[in-house]
Amino acid sequence: MLSRILRAPAALAALAFSTLASADYHVDILPPVTPVSREMYDLHWGILWVCVAIFFIVFGAMFWSIFKHRKSVGAKAAQFHENTTIEVIWTIVPFVILIGMAYPATRTVLNMKDASGADMSVKVTAYQWKWEYDYQQDGVRFLSHLATPRAQIEEYHGQGAAKNDNYLLEVDQPMVVPVGKKVRLLITSNDVIHGWYVPQLGVNQYGIPGFVKDAWFTVDKAGTYRGQCSQICGKEHGFMPIVVIAKEPAEYAAWVKEMKAKMPAEPAPTPAAEAAPQGGGEKVAAAAPGKADGKSTYDTVCMACHGTGAAGAPKLGDKAAWAPRIKQGAGVLHDHALKGKGAMPPKGGNMALSDDAVKAAVDYMVSASK
Amino acid sequence: MSAATHTHDHGHDHAHEHHGPPHGITRWLYTTNHKDIGTMYLWFAFTMFLVGGTMALGIRAELFKPGLQFFDPQFFNSLTTVHGLVMVFGAIMPAFVGFANWLVPMQIGAADMAFPRMNNWSFWLLIPAALLLMGSFFVPGGAAASGWTLYPPLIIQQGMAIDMTIFAVHILGASSIMGSINIITTILNMRAPGMTLMKMPLFVWTWLITAYLLIAVMPVLAGAVTMLLTDRHFGTSFFNAAGGGDPTMFLHIFWFFGHPEVYIMILPAFGIVSQILPAFARKPLFGYASMVYATASIAILSFIVWGHHMFTVGMPAAGNLFFMYATMLIAVPTGVKVFNWISTMWRGSMTFETPMLFAVGFLCLFTIGGFSGLVLAIVPVDITLHNTYYVVAHFHYVLVSGALFAIMGGIYFWLPKWSGHMYNEGLGKVHFWLSMIGFNLAFFPQHFLGLAGMPRRIPDYALQFAEWNMWSSIGAFIFGFSQLLFLYIVVSTIRGGRKADQKQWDGADSLEWTHLPTPLPYHTFETAPIIK
Repeated sequence: MLSRILRAPAALAALAFSTLASADYHVDILPPVTPVSREMYDLHWGILWVCVAIFFIVFGAMFWSIFKHRKSVGAKAAQFHENTTIEVIWTIVPFVILIGMAYPATRTVLNMKDASGADMSVKVTAYQWKWEYDYQQDGVRFLSHLATPRAQIEEYHGQGAAKNDNYLLEVDQPMVVPVGKKVRLLITSNDVIHGWYVPQLGVNQYGIPGFVKDAWFTVDKAGTYRGQCSQICGKEHGFMPIVVIAKEPAEYAAWVKEMKAKMPAEPAPTPAAEAAPQGGGEKVAAAAPGKADGKSTYDTVCMACHGTGAAGAPKLGDKAAWAPRIKQGAGVLHDHALKGKGAMPPKGGNMALSDDAVKAAVDYMVSASK
Repeated sequence: MSAATHTHDHGHDHAHEHHGPPHGITRWLYTTNHKDIGTMYLWFAFTMFLVGGTMALGIRAELFKPGLQFFDPQFFNSLTTVHGLVMVFGAIMPAFVGFANWLVPMQIGAADMAFPRMNNWSFWLLIPAALLLMGSFFVPGGAAASGWTLYPPLIIQQGMAIDMTIFAVHILGASSIMGSINIITTILNMRAPGMTLMKMPLFVWTWLITAYLLIAVMPVLAGAVTMLLTDRHFGTSFFNAAGGGDPTMFLHIFWFFGHPEVYIMILPAFGIVSQILPAFARKPLFGYASMVYATASIAILSFIVWGHHMFTVGMPAAGNLFFMYATMLIAVPTGVKVFNWISTMWRGSMTFETPMLFAVGFLCLFTIGGFSGLVLAIVPVDITLHNTYYVVAHFHYVLVSGALFAIMGGIYFWLPKWSGHMYNEGLGKVHFWLSMIGFNLAFFPQHFLGLAGMPRRIPDYALQFAEWNMWSSIGAFIFGFSQLLFLYIVVSTIRGGRKADQKQWDGADSLEWTHLPTPLPYHTFETAPIIK
């Protein structure tokens, strides 16, 4: 009931704006679709209205004063400069209002942070610049990339191709979840800090390399929900969207079946024990791609710089840049890659990689740049 | 002694009786005069403001419509990063130090700062720091592109620009610490007889507290960036999980610096506004003592709220709740200040010259920024708004229409005193209204963008964000270009114009207005005044 009252003026404001302009002038948080995001939505409007009311009272008084107490209308300045009673009142009243705000917020925080009793878990690993979803129970695992073609994005030389409706918010392989199930996300990163942010689900959680953090949601309405990486993570930060499709459980089961059929035979899981945590239960080894497969290591780690030329790194396939380096011999290059050189951090900054994996990646880059 | 005779005479008197300013470049290189150093700080700040503003306009040009029209995404990230660093460390902070240099000695009746040579050094350190920061654009890999918060591991990936940025931060920190030591020593030891602490103008009080904040947190920042440096080059793993470290630790250390830093950039603004409002209301500041206590409370609270920048790193519920409560508490002393300012205006006899317009603009818009801060303090709401344009709107409301509006108001307020000439009131008002309209057009729609879920620091965006971004860019260009008018007004005031009175503003009551002629002589209060 309360939330309906709170939302009524919001709806009015939205109506006012939508009649004001035919174009896409969003002025509100997107419609929430989980119990938690609904609480977030109501909290926002509740607090906003309190703030708006205070603003109009306080600044109403100020503008009244500005019009009445000006020299040009003959106002004579009073000389009072303190009043203990009123000062005590305006210290205590805001305090009480704040307690009124903190109480419902606290309930939501406790609810939001309680990921126990989940129906399913999905490990979400962020990479520069894509997401990997690994369904712990259902055995589905895939990468999710931006699907918007480059031709729509780049307009350096005049108008680009016509943009899709979901320009920059579309992926090749969306995450699919069942409606009504508590989905627990185990969020981590393979390289730098990213943020898994889908506003309508009420989740915004950093993926931090070497650590797993959890978050959860229960979608109660089938649909497609879109979000983006929320934490700056390098060059393509703006181009790693998230799409979550919530389906009825039966459709979800069909999707799992279909995905499993499509998936390649699972490679043997990487033994991560090597870089096991020294302390802290939640610490895990940064996901290390399996075997000494040079290309996959390159794709997940090295390309951040060697694919873009960031920090003066020799780009993959740049023969001129690589020639003098290749001349030094594979041993020297392996050594530099392992121990670091100049802007190149040891093991490309990913200490979880085995020495062999690093060497294989160097060999791959050398062979691709000869 | 009338102001007129004084103004007329002082040039001769001082040239003969005392050493006046030497001429040429050496005056500025070697000066130990607080007024000269204050002037240099202010011009430095203005230069950096234009540099950082140009970057901001680059950002807004790219964001004018969907698609990438001008910049490579990596360069775009460099623009947002260096814009932030330049505005924080190059524009806002030095501007306030400039005000402190000009005003603190005069407002407490001292002849100069306590350590004049260190004062010179702390200014000149800014130049190499700024050159390093700007030079980093021209090294391989481009300038820092990790956001001004410099989070690892992203920052570890980049090239030598990061080392230049780290070194620049070290130098700026050293400069700030020296400046703070100077200000604290001056205020505590060099007050004129009778100038008790509780008689000091509020501007001096806010700077005293700010200087303590600076001394407390600049070494923390220096430590954090030094750890980045050793992680980059010397094989340490402070922030690398594989080596036993934790990237989150950098966030904790950075924001332990970062949140007090926010108040470092706003407390002196409170001080300036607390000088301006009573002067134009022709009525003493309401609740002087509670203003001092509120300022101190804000400063103390600022040390225990850093976690509100980190609600999405996955702290436990107890951590989130603690930082939420502590952050909400800040609303209480901040509210006290706003109520006091409005009570100062209440039943005054107000006029609205340009400084007053900026002060009133500050009051309204800063409060909007305060309210959006309260909204962001609520953990569940922050989850949906963290790292969106809502946050960008929030901190521009407190830093542009807060800190910067106060600085501009302060310039209009004291420029007549400093230069001896009145600025052009009509143009000043035009400048205010252009800034006001441009600013709100640029930043108010960003609240909507954030609510709709547009992340910050992205060079391109989805189509539903297009309309507000267009308006925001238009506003940003209006705001940006109207600052050239500000430059014109200031320069033409310095070069000439109607003579200003000793006490140009009726209600101004600090020592520089009541005891010193206009324009100010090169040396003031060589004999300390007796304050009754």
